[in-house]
Parts: sequence; structure tokens; C-alpha cells
Amino acid sequence: MTSVVDIEKKINSELTTKINSSEINHGQLYLNIDEEDLLKVILFLKTNKNTQFRQLIDITAVDYPENEKRFKLVYLLLSHEFNQRALIYCYTKENEIVSSITSIFPSANWMEREVFDMYGIKFKDHPDLRRILTDYGFEGYPLRKDFPLTGHYEVRYSEDNKKVIYEPVKLEQNYRNFDYESPWEGTKYIKKSIKKND
Amino acid sequence: MTKESKTLSLNFGPQHPAAHGVLRLILELDGEVVEKADPHIGLLHRGTEKLIENKTYAQAIPYFDRLDYVAPMNQEHAFALAIEKILKIEVPIRGQFIRVMFCEIGRILSHILNITTQALDVGALTPSLWGFEERETLMTFYERVSGSRLHANYFRAGGVHQDLPRGLDEDIFEFNEKFPKIIDDLETLLTDNRIFKQRNVDIGIVSKEDAINYSFSGVMLRGSSIPWDLRKSQPYDCYDQFKFKIPIGKNGDCYDRYLCRVEEMRESVKIIKQCLELMPKGPIKTLDGKISAPPKKDIKQSMEALIHHFKLFTEGYRVDKDEIYTAVEAPKGEFGIYLISDGSSKPYKCKIRAPGFSHLQAMDYLIKGHMLADVPAVLGSLDIVFGEIDR
Repeated sequence: MTSVVDIEKKINSELTTKINSSEINHGQLYLNIDEEDLLKVILFLKTNKNTQFRQLIDITAVDYPENEKRFKLVYLLLSHEFNQRALIYCYTKENEIVSSITSIFPSANWMEREVFDMYGIKFKDHPDLRRILTDYGFEGYPLRKDFPLTGHYEVRYSEDNKKVIYEPVKLEQNYRNFDYESPWEGTKYIKKSIKKND
Repeated sequence: MTKESKTLSLNFGPQHPAAHGVLRLILELDGEVVEKADPHIGLLHRGTEKLIENKTYAQAIPYFDRLDYVAPMNQEHAFALAIEKILKIEVPIRGQFIRVMFCEIGRILSHILNITTQALDVGALTPSLWGFEERETLMTFYERVSGSRLHANYFRAGGVHQDLPRGLDEDIFEFNEKFPKIIDDLETLLTDNRIFKQRNVDIGIVSKEDAINYSFSGVMLRGSSIPWDLRKSQPYDCYDQFKFKIPIGKNGDCYDRYLCRVEEMRESVKIIKQCLELMPKGPIKTLDGKISAPPKKDIKQSMEALIHHFKLFTEGYRVDKDEIYTAVEAPKGEFGIYLISDGSSKPYKCKIRAPGFSHLQAMDYLIKGHMLADVPAVLGSLDIVFGEIDR
């Protein structure tokens, strides 16, 4: 069986400059690439006989609002032949348009729709980029870190109007986020405040 | 006079008994032949991933029961494994055995539901009545071990919540001995049934190539004769200690997928039997007080246990900064968790990879050119549950 180390070597020697960095963690291959090289790298990994990552497991994104390149796009691939997994990631800015990989993997269709729905990342050449999980006419991108947990609208059946209506969220009690994150060992923060007073 | 051909669009669902939940399927029909299917999903979207980001790791476990609610513990397993791999904690061997046993019970639960409702969709009522009786027995096992029939919240990072209550292992063993006979009975109703075969054989054929391209997993992959099962190829917990076979189909149609599920139930019975026979004594969860809660009686005696209890149920345990993808072979296919931890006690990101999502995506490909009456048959054989697809 080809080990993950061999595959990493092979990929690095063939794609050289396209791979920014690669590492092996938890027995899986993590590859950092640039967004421009996405299609080429994915196509290589799928078709090359030494890698054969022929199955797309999932596409997702992670939001880091403090970074300039805010989103990390993650592609998870699986190779049945070598029994290995690869995780390809690249960073994009908020309004950047990413190339769609639906031409390589037909199953990327819904996965990219989900990323668009949840994070608002747009994909170039996607056949049908609509929202998928959220309600018809939904606004905002729920999995962004700046989207509130409670959302913006609530839905109820109105007896007066005899139909389902949308209203701004009204909470009986504000959402409470307790900060339990105190250090497990000792209480350093008390000492600090005493010093300030002196 | 020119004859204009026109397709008819038909709205199937969201409240249709054969839609297996809340699926809205928009079909373009030419006569009785389906030309295009556009599934609208998300009617059961509850924002699970967003909620998990705002809860501690222990508080996130109940959300996994509500994904694929016919086999809740299999989902919890994936999440527990992800945390364990990051924290590098070893699960005691008895804990692993209990987890594997309940995962296999979950597999039987899910397969019974799927087989019998698929039969119901194509016109056979009796299998579902027989099957649900067995599901009820299995759910009492869930109840006895965790306290609830469906939403178990039983697995923990580092093991399971509590040990098996007295007598449960014997009852499971007894059920397990009788169950193959019940599978035989179900098979007499379906396997050679003329109507069942007419409705399923050569319907919704998936080729090997397409099964891989459409990201299929589980039975959808094995039905198309691809021998791939994560329990064998990437064994987790103690699956490598058991002897079991991976049944695969030949033609990749709805009927083969039905046969695969029946055989998988028989294999699960074998695994449960081996579990019960080989189950060692010992702890059921990790003894690391920083991760697993202390037993109640210690809290009354030991100050340290009291502090641990307090910290675990307020702040929760912290998970080092890391990033991991772990997958388990859930009854419906590869169920994966992509977890990013940032060193705090809440996950930074938790993406749930539901097998049904990619299966349902292929609906258009599967149903094109089939008759309208084949829609429920194909839908049934995909084994979709909206809890996990919509998340």
C-alpha cells in the first residue's frame, strides 16, 4: 500500500510551486494552495495514477472575520485505491469569486451551493448557484461569525391575517452567553488587578 | 396544425408520505416519464452547525441524535472519535465494545426502517408492521442504557456515559439469537415477491463510475459492487477485532441495495454476538478527571472530584488547537465530522458530512427517464432521512 508520505512526496514533486505547504496530521494529508491553482490541483489529484483521489467527500468553508482573506475553503478528498484522505484548503477574500469544481466532480454542485448559502462565497461557472438549506427569500449568511445565533426573523401563523407571517426576532429574555472560561489552574487574573490598584 | 409538446411540472411533497420526511421535489413530466427532478431541501434546517459552535463539546452531543434520528448513536460516535483523536485519549476497551455494539444496533434500527418503508412505498404493508415491532424492542435497549428511546446522548469523548444496567447484556443476547429468524420472515415477504421485484429490479441503476463521481457511500456504493466499508478499510474503535463480511451488490439497482441491507443486518447480528461474547470487564470511559465527569459518590467525598464536576459542567473541557476530519460508517454511508478546535471549550467550526446529502443530490441523475411511479421506489432505496440532510 502506498503510504501517505509517498503520496505527499509525489504531489510535491509534480506540482512543486502550486503547493504552498503540505503536512501530515492524524494520518491525513493537508495541502495549502492558492485559489488560482484550485482547478488544476484538484484535477491532478483526481486523475493522476499515483494519487487517485477520485471521490469528493465534502466542501466547506471556515470564517475568520479578523483576517484579510476571510474565508478558508476546504475540500475533502478520498482515494479508495490507496485508502487515503486529503484535505485541500485555500484562503479567499469576502467578495472574491472562486472557480467551481463542478466540471471535475458533479457532486460538488450541492456542496458549493451550501457554501454559498452559509457563507456567501460565489462560485464561477456553477450551473445553478441558488440557496439550498435556508428558507425561500432568506437574507444573510448564517454560518458567518458575525451572524447572530438567534437570526433576524421569526415565523408564526397569524390568526388575524390567516397566514404565516415573518416578524423581527423578539426575545422574552436576551440570549445569555456566560463566560465560564476561567483558568483551570489557579487564579492569575486576581493578582493582576491587585497590582494595578497599587 | 402543429402539435406542441409540453412538460408538466408536478410538486411532490413537502408533505407526502413517500417523501420520507419533508422533501419538496419538483418534477418535470413528459406524460408519465420524468424528465427532470429538482429536490428542494432545507425544510428541516435547524442550524445545527451554528448551534454547535456556541455550545461546549459535551453540550453538542445531543445535537447529533437529532441528525439521523433513526440511528442516533452512530452520529455521536463520529463526534466522540473526532474529539478523542485531537485530545489523544485512549478509550477503555469495554467502552469501545459497548459503543460498537450500540452502533450495530443502530444499524439494524436504520435498516429495518429503510427496508420496511421501501416496501411500504411500493405497496407492501405487512413488513413495516413486523419490522416496527422489532425496532421497538431495540429502542427499549437504547432506553435501558441511556434513558431515552431515540435521543440517547449516550456516547462521550473518552467512552460512554454509564455502564450497561444489570441484565441488559442477556436480553440483547436473547434478542440477537432470535433476530435472524425475523430477517428470514421479512425476506419471505419481499425477496422473491413478484410485485416487489417488478418495482425494484433494474430501477435506479448506478454504475461503478457514477457511484464514485456522485460521492456515494455506504450501501449506495456497495450496491454498485464497490467493496468499500470504513469499518474494514479504516477501522475505528475495536472493529478490527471482529469477523464480519461486507456484502456487495452486482447490478447497482434498487433491488440490490435492498439485498445489501438485509445481508448487512445479518452481519450486524454477528458483530453484536461477538461483542457480547468477548466483552471484557473494566472501566467504560476514560479515567482522566479533566475530561470525563467523576462518579456521583466521589463528589460527596473528594474535593478534587467536586471541582472537576463543577468545571466540567460549567466551562467544559478544553480541546487543543487542531483541525481534523473523522468519518464513521453510519448505516446510510460515510458520516463525517470536520472539526476545528481553537483551544477553548467550544468548537470553532464543526462541519457535518451527511451521507444522504450527496445521495439525494443524485436524484435527478437517478430518476431521469424513469416513470413517475418509480420516484418513491428510488427515493426509498436512497435511504434518506431529513434530519441529517438538512442539519
